[in-house]
Amino acid sequence: MSALAVRGLRVSFDHPLGLVRAVDDVSFDLRPNERFGLVGESGSGKSTMALAIMRMIRPPGHIDGGDILLGGKNLATLSAEDVRQTRLAGIAMVPQGSMNALNPVMRVGDQVADAMRDHDKKPVGIGALMARVGLPAGTADKYPHELSGGMKQRVCIAIAMCLRPTVIIADEPTSALDVVVQRQVMRTLADVQRDLNAAILLIGHDMGLMAQFVDRLGVMYAGRLVEIAPIAEIVRRPRHPYTEMLIASLPSMDHKDALRGIPGLAPLLRDLPSGCAFHPRCPKAQDRCAIERPEPREVESGVLVRCHFA
Amino acid sequence: MTAPLLQADCVSRTYGGGLLGAHTLALDGFSLSIGTGNPSITAVVGESGSGKTTLARVLLGLTTPTSGTVRYRGEDITRLSREARRAYRTDIQAIFQDPYGVFNPFYRVDHVLTTPVRKFGLASSRAEGRELIEQALRTVGLRPEEILGRYPHQLSGGQRQRTMVARALLLKPKIIIADEPVSMVDASLRATILGSLRRLTDEFGISILYITHDLATAWQVSDNIIVMYRATAVEAGSAETVVKSPAHPYTRLLVGSIPQVSLTRDWLSTEADAQRPGDRDAACRFADRCVSAMAVCRSERPLLSRIGPRHAAACHLHRQHAQLAAEDLNDVLA
Repeated sequence: MSALAVRGLRVSFDHPLGLVRAVDDVSFDLRPNERFGLVGESGSGKSTMALAIMRMIRPPGHIDGGDILLGGKNLATLSAEDVRQTRLAGIAMVPQGSMNALNPVMRVGDQVADAMRDHDKKPVGIGALMARVGLPAGTADKYPHELSGGMKQRVCIAIAMCLRPTVIIADEPTSALDVVVQRQVMRTLADVQRDLNAAILLIGHDMGLMAQFVDRLGVMYAGRLVEIAPIAEIVRRPRHPYTEMLIASLPSMDHKDALRGIPGLAPLLRDLPSGCAFHPRCPKAQDRCAIERPEPREVESGVLVRCHFA
Repeated sequence: MTAPLLQADCVSRTYGGGLLGAHTLALDGFSLSIGTGNPSITAVVGESGSGKTTLARVLLGLTTPTSGTVRYRGEDITRLSREARRAYRTDIQAIFQDPYGVFNPFYRVDHVLTTPVRKFGLASSRAEGRELIEQALRTVGLRPEEILGRYPHQLSGGQRQRTMVARALLLKPKIIIADEPVSMVDASLRATILGSLRRLTDEFGISILYITHDLATAWQVSDNIIVMYRATAVEAGSAETVVKSPAHPYTRLLVGSIPQVSLTRDWLSTEADAQRPGDRDAACRFADRCVSAMAVCRSERPLLSRIGPRHAAACHLHRQHAQLAAEDLNDVLA
């Protein structure tokens, strides 16, 4: 059984110029103990998806359809109170900007305790929790402004793990940190995952980080998953042209050549190109791509691609 | 020999202090010349708090150094005549980190482009100004019709940042100081923006000081790299040497910390960072995190030594090499 199963998820935002579909028919599974990555450019819908899974989409946005199955419950249809109880206890999120996620006028230890009390748990073992995420003794008594970016992110991890959830969503947890601290924080996240036997959904746009951290990867483009495959498959042989270009746009440390960005712009979600949304930017596009929308096909065991030519 | 276009001469800057607070040293006796010799891109790489942004601000005249001088064509920038000041403001341009913060949301994007044209009298007519702006936008790979007449929120982060590059270009500067120009945009757009910066150097002869925390992009676009750690340069040289044969343990740590797209997955398991909080006050500022720290590192501050024709590092591991005075840092840069 999956730790988390997302089926046909659709999220839209009402906009004066029409409906904007930010997440369109997305399905994937998070296996127990698995690290699953989700990459895409800004605006591809990856953060919206994370919020949708946490049932944190606010108007004018709404979940239009699909199921989010977590341990026998469907988060997409659960009542607000049930969702509140499931958050943190069943599924927790490490947010992107830890600097803005913490209350600046409250000691960080109290913020962890607050989270536990909110779920009717006695706030005990906070010191041990802080030590678990690699924070020095005494950190619990400090205020967020006294901590470095990496330490704040660790506090967020401590909050996320305090009720031992089975799924942790990490939305670009290290995008504001430098490489050395990034590695330390990711290592802590990996340790915590092992402790909890949890699955991690890591959202980001750094292919290098994904290649080193996740077991499987999903690639999003314009609200749709265009490829899902084991990470080694993606590194060895990306099937979707977009995945290939994402990898090529990363500066390599092996060979120095002209930097290759992905030409063109991400499409407007309220005005998507016909057929395959990537066809105007795709070097392999044929006439067919402008007309016919590719459906996900399993081109090999465990490798799902939305491309006519994969 | 003519004076370098822009020069930091033994510049230091401390922050804080006050009644009880301790001083934070952001820049410690830093010397660097830009715009001498062939146009080039020099990257200044360091973690947050290493002083790299302070260096940019000092060079731009936005922060006054606590000691030391910044010179433009040999003259102290705080004592420039009216005309010289105008020339300084034209020759040296800046690109900042946040492509969202620099635009006034109530004005059309055109505003940031027409203002310099007007203020610096770059064009004699409206049509000529428009032509200049369109040309600058095209140079950075933007289509003017997609940019002009729009409001900032209608542009993507990459379009906004490239618009800022175009704005800098309008003034035909000799030097551009780019402070983390791509840290807030996507990996796929980074390549495009850095590509346009490279073209400015190769085609327009503009020297660029590229300030970043990302050694990988620094290596891709730069000719030289200066690695900063807690207010000083710990390693400098050609981009190739610094990245491919790093001499300072901090640079080695940085190089080893970059996650690579590869099938070898050793990134998480490798331990490259020593943690010795007890050595926090050692003479070498990196000693508390250094895997190669020795007794001498606690007592004696390492100075820059010249390891190769285009390579210098401040580390006792290389003390057998000839010393390089901090003000001669430029000797190892191309």
